[in-house]
Amino acid sequence: MNISPDRFASSEDPETLSRLRHQLGLAAEAQGLLDVAYTTIDSPVGPLLLAATPQGLVRVAYDVEDHDRVLAALAQRISPRVLRAPGRLDAAARELDEYFGGRRQVFDLPLDLSLSSGFRQLVQRHLPEIGYGQTRTYGQVAALVGNPRAVRAVGTACATNPLPVVVPCHRVLRADGTNGGYVGGPVAKQALLSLEAAA
Amino acid sequence: MKPPFEKLVEQHGGTVLRVCRVVLGVHDAEDAWSETFLAAMRAYPDLPGDANAEAWLVTIAHRKAIDVIRARKRQPAPVGDVPEEPSVLGVPGSGDSDLWQAVAALPDKQRQAVAYHYVAGLAYAEIAGILGGTTDAARRAAADGVRNLRKNYPGATTEGAPA
Repeated sequence: MNISPDRFASSEDPETLSRLRHQLGLAAEAQGLLDVAYTTIDSPVGPLLLAATPQGLVRVAYDVEDHDRVLAALAQRISPRVLRAPGRLDAAARELDEYFGGRRQVFDLPLDLSLSSGFRQLVQRHLPEIGYGQTRTYGQVAALVGNPRAVRAVGTACATNPLPVVVPCHRVLRADGTNGGYVGGPVAKQALLSLEAAA
Repeated sequence: MKPPFEKLVEQHGGTVLRVCRVVLGVHDAEDAWSETFLAAMRAYPDLPGDANAEAWLVTIAHRKAIDVIRARKRQPAPVGDVPEEPSVLGVPGSGDSDLWQAVAALPDKQRQAVAYHYVAGLAYAEIAGILGGTTDAARRAAADGVRNLRKNYPGATTEGAPA
């Protein structure tokens, strides 16, 4: 017998803690303390991290981006009040599931674009104008946003898109017809293009 | 750089729950846990980046527990025999009800010092900051608490506890 911490643990701890953590998410949301809610979902392009502020979906992150690093960056850039609280992401998770199932072509979600600014945000605002199953070159997108010479800057805006899949930077290709880079890696980009081409 | 609040819950949620159980008993521990983490989340943006997060959380839990203890003492004491009153201290299935009874019987300060040192692993200087008083007083309260536990719960040792 000793007075070690384990003496005061019980076999129900993991269950109790997961229930308490769930309740904490709900209470924090109700009291307006939940600055960033997140969850992770499975998808054909690997696990995706979804994060939302009260304004809307603020981040979609691929596994290769390292979800822990992404969450640390959100704590730094937006607020350290970050909790795993799937409720706020229900609509986003459902729409992504429909998209990957070929049953949705347009996302209808409130977005929070505050992680981007200036020209990058301008480009990201215009990307949804490229319809499902269509593609544009970086140069065409530069023309679309009224700055036809800013081809490289469009590339940077796509590479730093905080909302991949939902804001369709995967529909922007190189002028020579090759796919170009992608935040989720070339395999993920090709998977999305194939999914949309098949519809 | 301040980690996401979720990391604090993940790393310290279990410890705070055990501390609340020792200080308050199982019955009130969950409410105290919830209030502790809600209050912590509210204050988290103002916590200095180099602060000891666990000591900070235990400090908040301590205040929440005091609220509960005060509320309990305001409630009228039962009169006469109340034979079937359910215990507020049992850990179902733990088979340790004697230990819990012995812990519950400790004076508040001793029980708190035992919880913060032996369960949360805080240093006596940190515990003095939470309880008020000197580091020596905190050390004495924990030592007295352990001595009382040994007396009322033979077999209790401090083996495996932090130095």
